[in-house]
Amino acid sequence: MLDTKPDAHATTRPLHLSIRGVTKRFGAFTALRNVSLDVAKGDFVCFLGPSGCGKTTLLRAIAGLDRQDEGAIIIAGRDVSLLPPAARDFGIVFQSYALFPNLSVVDNVGYGLVNKRMAAGAIAKRVAELLDLVGMPEQGGKFPSQLSGGQQQRVALARALATSPALLLLDEPLSALDARVRVRLRDEIKSLQRRLGITTIMVTHDQEEALAMADQIVVMNAGVIEQVGTPEAIYVAPRTPFVADFVGHITFLDAVVADGGRAQVGPLTLDAPAAAGRAPGTPIRIGIRPEEIRLRGVSAATPNAFEARISILNYLGSYCRVALTPTTSGGQVVLADLSSNAMRDLGITDAQVLHVALPAERLRVFDAATPGDLS
Amino acid sequence: MTADVEAAARPRHIGVPSVWREALVMRLAIGALIVFLTTAIALPLGVLLLKSFQNKAGAFVGLANYIDYATTPSLVGSLWNSVWVAVVTMLIVVSTAFGFAYALTRTQMPGKVLFTAVAMLPLFAPSLLSAISVIYIFGNQGMFKGLLGAATIYGPIGIIISEMLYCFPHALLILITALSLADARLYEAAEALATSSWRTFWTITVPSVKYGLVSAAFLVFTLVITDFGIPKVIGGQFNVLATDAYKQVIGQQNFPMGAVVGFVLLLPAALAFAVDRQIQKKQVALLSARAVPLIPKRRPLADASAFTYCSIVAALMLMVLGVAVWASLITYWPYNLSLSLKWYDFSEFEPNGWQPYFTSLKMAGLCAVFGTAIVFTGAYLIEKGQGLAGARAVAHLLAMLPMAVPGLVLGLGYVFFINAPWNPLGMFYGTVALLAVNSIAHFYTTAHITAVTALKQIDREFEAVSQSLSVPFYTTFRRVTVPICMPAILDIAVYMFVNALTTVSAVIFLYGANTKLAAISIVHMDESGMTAAAAAMATVVLMTSIGAKIVHLLLNRFVFDRLQTWRRR
Repeated sequence: MLDTKPDAHATTRPLHLSIRGVTKRFGAFTALRNVSLDVAKGDFVCFLGPSGCGKTTLLRAIAGLDRQDEGAIIIAGRDVSLLPPAARDFGIVFQSYALFPNLSVVDNVGYGLVNKRMAAGAIAKRVAELLDLVGMPEQGGKFPSQLSGGQQQRVALARALATSPALLLLDEPLSALDARVRVRLRDEIKSLQRRLGITTIMVTHDQEEALAMADQIVVMNAGVIEQVGTPEAIYVAPRTPFVADFVGHITFLDAVVADGGRAQVGPLTLDAPAAAGRAPGTPIRIGIRPEEIRLRGVSAATPNAFEARISILNYLGSYCRVALTPTTSGGQVVLADLSSNAMRDLGITDAQVLHVALPAERLRVFDAATPGDLS
Repeated sequence: MTADVEAAARPRHIGVPSVWREALVMRLAIGALIVFLTTAIALPLGVLLLKSFQNKAGAFVGLANYIDYATTPSLVGSLWNSVWVAVVTMLIVVSTAFGFAYALTRTQMPGKVLFTAVAMLPLFAPSLLSAISVIYIFGNQGMFKGLLGAATIYGPIGIIISEMLYCFPHALLILITALSLADARLYEAAEALATSSWRTFWTITVPSVKYGLVSAAFLVFTLVITDFGIPKVIGGQFNVLATDAYKQVIGQQNFPMGAVVGFVLLLPAALAFAVDRQIQKKQVALLSARAVPLIPKRRPLADASAFTYCSIVAALMLMVLGVAVWASLITYWPYNLSLSLKWYDFSEFEPNGWQPYFTSLKMAGLCAVFGTAIVFTGAYLIEKGQGLAGARAVAHLLAMLPMAVPGLVLGLGYVFFINAPWNPLGMFYGTVALLAVNSIAHFYTTAHITAVTALKQIDREFEAVSQSLSVPFYTTFRRVTVPICMPAILDIAVYMFVNALTTVSAVIFLYGANTKLAAISIVHMDESGMTAAAAAMATVVLMTSIGAKIVHLLLNRFVFDRLQTWRRR
């Protein structure tokens, strides 16, 4: 089990949610395996992972919709492990929005308030405030089928916030929307969350969404938490090859530890400070992200430089993805992203041969691949 | 965000007792459903099974009754009669209905709506009506008696012809569904490869509907083998299983043997049901979500032949149904053909006069109201309920059971169950309430499937959302689920009403002196030779169920659409 303690900045604030050794099985399939996690009050946390990794199961366990088989869930200091959803104090937004189609926007948003025996006037006032809050004033009389996907999502959000829950759960709230609306709503939800200071957990499989929105990202895979950290920590210092590969792109090179903080990759010897401390001769994997490869001002004398042949793979507008094949025999192919500027400045063409360098401080070192590893 | 908003609805440590109260309501409701289904379905069948292992005095005799049955030639003869009549009917009905369904789904012939409407007519009549018509056409005083030569209509021929009419719409509905599930891309691919239309038919069309064909074949077989009304009216001396069961119980008071015949009847129906469930699973997988619906092209020759074929079939059906209606309106067949309403003065022919009709209306109304409420709430609890997973699975199983049980068998079970000396429910014997419960049980499965299908189409997160908002499930059921499912609920109500009005098989054992139903009074009037009066009562029933259907359509079209503005985009 990996260390899943949240990063330092989170622990300075009081905890709102604490998950203790939660396991959930569906028949023979184990969806969650002894998962523990702490979430600080007011944080925006993203559960990120491929489909089937258990992120939605964990969210539903927190909500009490699918009760865990083992472990405890503590919300605001109260052990809610055995309580039904209605006693847990949260609001939830689903991917499908789950708006009641036969009720108007006003009735949808006020749905949870009517049950609280609030006066009709108070309900109307509260609903108007919420519609204002999500940027949909004066749309209250419409029915869900008359709204666009983005508008439906806002109504669902207003409905979830109506009872002022202390915890907001979002289950892939943006994935049913088209790309442009998704980016706009992403920013709106984030700023709304900041303003309300409400502890929020969002499930997503979109790493870009997670990086853009989260205070803390929880990367999950095959029913366990791989890493918890700020978006930057996750991206820059992934703890496992899975995290490195799932968040952003990365090239893995098979290598062997050499002495003095160096690593042997085929015929090439690289400075790799991260490999120091491992016994020489141990097989390892080195990971480097495509945008970290250096081309400018590189000569044969530059540390970690080698000669490579460029083949252009995809032209992607602002940058270009290329494959670098070392000219020395036995070299492994490295992917690199070159900005359009760099391509122009350096006059790069297909099949060109030039020197490239792998910055030593950027080389991440992982254990060698074991069978069954996803990357 | 204003301070006001912050303050609203806070603090909120939800009243935990209210949460447990909701769970308690859920558990009680599921418990009540299980009790109802067990009492109305499982116990009667169990008692029937038990009865078949007992002698008349009630002592356990093992398989003695079954051995008795197998060694009584007349009883085994009925089994053989039932089987071959059912097979012949099945072959004729499935092939004619296939042609009809093909014309409706795969051609551009005109008049499709009208043809469908005519083909569905028999669903609204008691099955006896077609037998009465056939008697008027080919019977001893029939207009076309000569066509039969020396053969008599009172026997297998009459049964087969009448059953054809009765079963046609059932088979047609299945085949239309099967033929509608066509993927246009397959046909375009065949066309692109220059395949002949004959080969396309055998390599694409037939394989894609084979499950529908098997399903329709089993359904018709089961309908015929378990039908009681038609052989009773037109069977003459030709004995079948269903009439045997009736004779053993009502005629000879031989309850154990009646129970054995009931179980023999249960076998083909249960087998058909099992096969159908298997097939349904495969049928679903047959059509991918990305299939492109097939829109038939205009082909003048094919369209014209389809139109001709459908016209002939529809005309024959209308004629057969129409003869009974007409016969009920004339003075004295075949001697005095002047129009008269005298056969509708039922007090002349039936000790209770019009009473059976009103009893039927009352019973059908009870089924439509309470049956629909029970079925829909039950389906909701089974489909969307929380907790008690085992109990809900049992409830679903019980709800699916009646499909495999012929009405006659269920009726027999009720007789034995309600008359058992230990049963406190015995005081309900002969009441309208008992007849209604029996009919609800009899038609439970189809209604249940309709409800479940509608419920499955609803977003499955509605319950989760309500829970997160601390709204109890019964509030969401009332405010959201029921309004959304209103069309399906109305479908179920009309289905219950029409079937309760037209059924004979189950209730024939259960009516009391003051609760004779219209359909039973048809049997009695026919038995005492007053066929025209029987035809008149059958016509009244037919018109009533068509009326109910028309009201349903009008409600949907004019009232409902207006109330449900939210369905519009």
